[in-house]
Amino acid sequence: MSNAVTVSAASKIFPLARGKRVVALEAIDLTVAPGEFVSLIGPSGCGKSTLLRLIADLDQPTAGRIEVFGKSAKQARIDQDYGIAFQQAGLLPWRTVTGNIELPLELHGIGKRARRARAAELLALVGLSDFADRYPDQLSGGMQQRVAIARSLAESPELLLMDEPFGALDEMTRERMQNELVRLCAETGAAVVFVTHSIPEAVFLSDRVVVMSPRPGRILEIVPVGLGSAGNRDDGLREASGFFAAVKAVREALHGVPAEEVRADSAAGVPSGAPGAEVLYASEAPAPRGLETR
Amino acid sequence: MTRFRGILLGTLGIVLLGVLWEGYKAIGPSNGVVLNGLTVLPRTNDLAMPHLATMFTRLFEPVTSAAGSPALWSAVTQAAGFSLSVAAVGWLIGVVVGMLLAVLMQRFRTAESALLPWVVLSQTVPLIALAPLVAGIGSQVRFGEARWQDWMSVALIASYLAFFPVSVGALRGLESPDREHVELMRTYAVGWWKTLLTLRLPASIPYLLPALRLAAANAVIGTVVAEVSIGLRGGVGRMMIEYASAASGDPGKPWAPIFGAVVIGLLAAALVAAIGLALRKYRRGEVPA
Ligand SMILES: Nc1ncnc2c1ncn2[C@@H]1O[C@H](COP(=O)(O)OP(=O)(O)O)[C@@H](O)[C@H]1O
Ligand SMILES: [Mg+2]
Repeated sequence: MSNAVTVSAASKIFPLARGKRVVALEAIDLTVAPGEFVSLIGPSGCGKSTLLRLIADLDQPTAGRIEVFGKSAKQARIDQDYGIAFQQAGLLPWRTVTGNIELPLELHGIGKRARRARAAELLALVGLSDFADRYPDQLSGGMQQRVAIARSLAESPELLLMDEPFGALDEMTRERMQNELVRLCAETGAAVVFVTHSIPEAVFLSDRVVVMSPRPGRILEIVPVGLGSAGNRDDGLREASGFFAAVKAVREALHGVPAEEVRADSAAGVPSGAPGAEVLYASEAPAPRGLETR
Repeated sequence: MTRFRGILLGTLGIVLLGVLWEGYKAIGPSNGVVLNGLTVLPRTNDLAMPHLATMFTRLFEPVTSAAGSPALWSAVTQAAGFSLSVAAVGWLIGVVVGMLLAVLMQRFRTAESALLPWVVLSQTVPLIALAPLVAGIGSQVRFGEARWQDWMSVALIASYLAFFPVSVGALRGLESPDREHVELMRTYAVGWWKTLLTLRLPASIPYLLPALRLAAANAVIGTVVAEVSIGLRGGVGRMMIEYASAASGDPGKPWAPIFGAVVIGLLAAALVAAIGLALRKYRRGEVPA
């Protein structure tokens, strides 16, 4: 069976004014197996969104090849092989929750009764059955994001692309949504490419974490997490020792910190109560702790 | 609550206007205020500024002293109905043309740069110059048995004023969706037409409604002015001219068609408000003004 995603030697250069250019991605190689959950992590500007957009065929690579289920990214988009969710829920304000979830089905000519049934099913899946007839402006941010995720699942895609879908949510909602996503993935068996800023989020959700660095956007390391199948993950996992080991590994890859430094660091830096709280430094912010000590 | 306040303020405005009128009439000099031969404030005699009561009671008297002449209000109502229907036809044509232009400009960038300057320029042509031209060209037009009618010229001129706000407002509205929404439609692999129907048109409605209101006001003004300059009988425009000549002996009479025109404007605005109410679910993102 072909991979869900195969990225080979892909690069993306954005031309800027006056002959300048940004190398957003350089020589990216990545495969995602069917049903596998892969996170992309790295400081802002390292090309995570760009890579996701290339896979979604919202942009084309300057060089290299992108395949989705053995086809070109464009063909996969036309065949509706993936569902997508962005940081902003992006619901249409004039459609009810049901109407928003039905949108892709409607556009692809699914009959009204089948649409209704599918929307009801998805609403139950994301726990919003009571809100079927509300409008987006009557929902909280977390609820809107759940609707957006339900919409991305509407056509039962084998691949989900998510660009910081929980980035705008508060910490509590965020953790609940992570638990829900793990459950959804176990139920649907879809492969996921998930962009995030948060190390614990990436570790909690993923089979593998792809650590990236900016200027030019490159893959530094791919950290296998291996915390067991998605179905077995729950809040207990967030406190398991394997979880911390993986968090440490990702952090080392990101900051290039020697192991001794990190041990002291992670004990202080990752309180078990709020693991999601640790968010990467933006590249514009002061250099992360590890860098000076190197 | 806000609607109640709106009605209250509107009524207050009308009352204030009446009080100003009667107040100035009471204290102002009957020959007006003249400085260096220039009249800076109007005359207040009963011919120039009749009492509100005179205007009002005149409505319920017959149009002329001839036997069987209908009451003035019924004649004005009939004329206003005629003008309103001509304006409505002009408005409808203007809305359709304006929307088509906006869609065309949204679809093709080159169309936008080629058309938009002309759309803007079109509004600088004075109505007075346009009216005889349209009527002249219209009189040469024939569809088989049917002849071009003068009311068609009037409606055409009204549409000429109405299409402008619609095309500009609709273009802004069609281009208002976020990049995210446009890209979402792209991930659904749907083409321009479905994107227009499911995303751009609904998103344009908050921009379109004020444009429709402006278009309605323009259509009414265009109709009244074109009626005058083409000389179309039956509407309030022509009626204003006819009754103005009666002003010296019958000062209340010329005000009747003016009231008629005001009522047309209000009806047109109410019509657009009703459309806005019907489309209210598309205005959810709108910040209350
Ligand atoms: N459309 C674009 N035009 C020019 N530069 C872009 C464009 N999109 C992204 N970039 C640049 O590419 C780099 C990677 O951006 P992005 O993929 O959004 O990063 P991330 O999602 O990791 O924060 C950034 O330097 C950004 O400024
Ligand atoms: Mg991004």
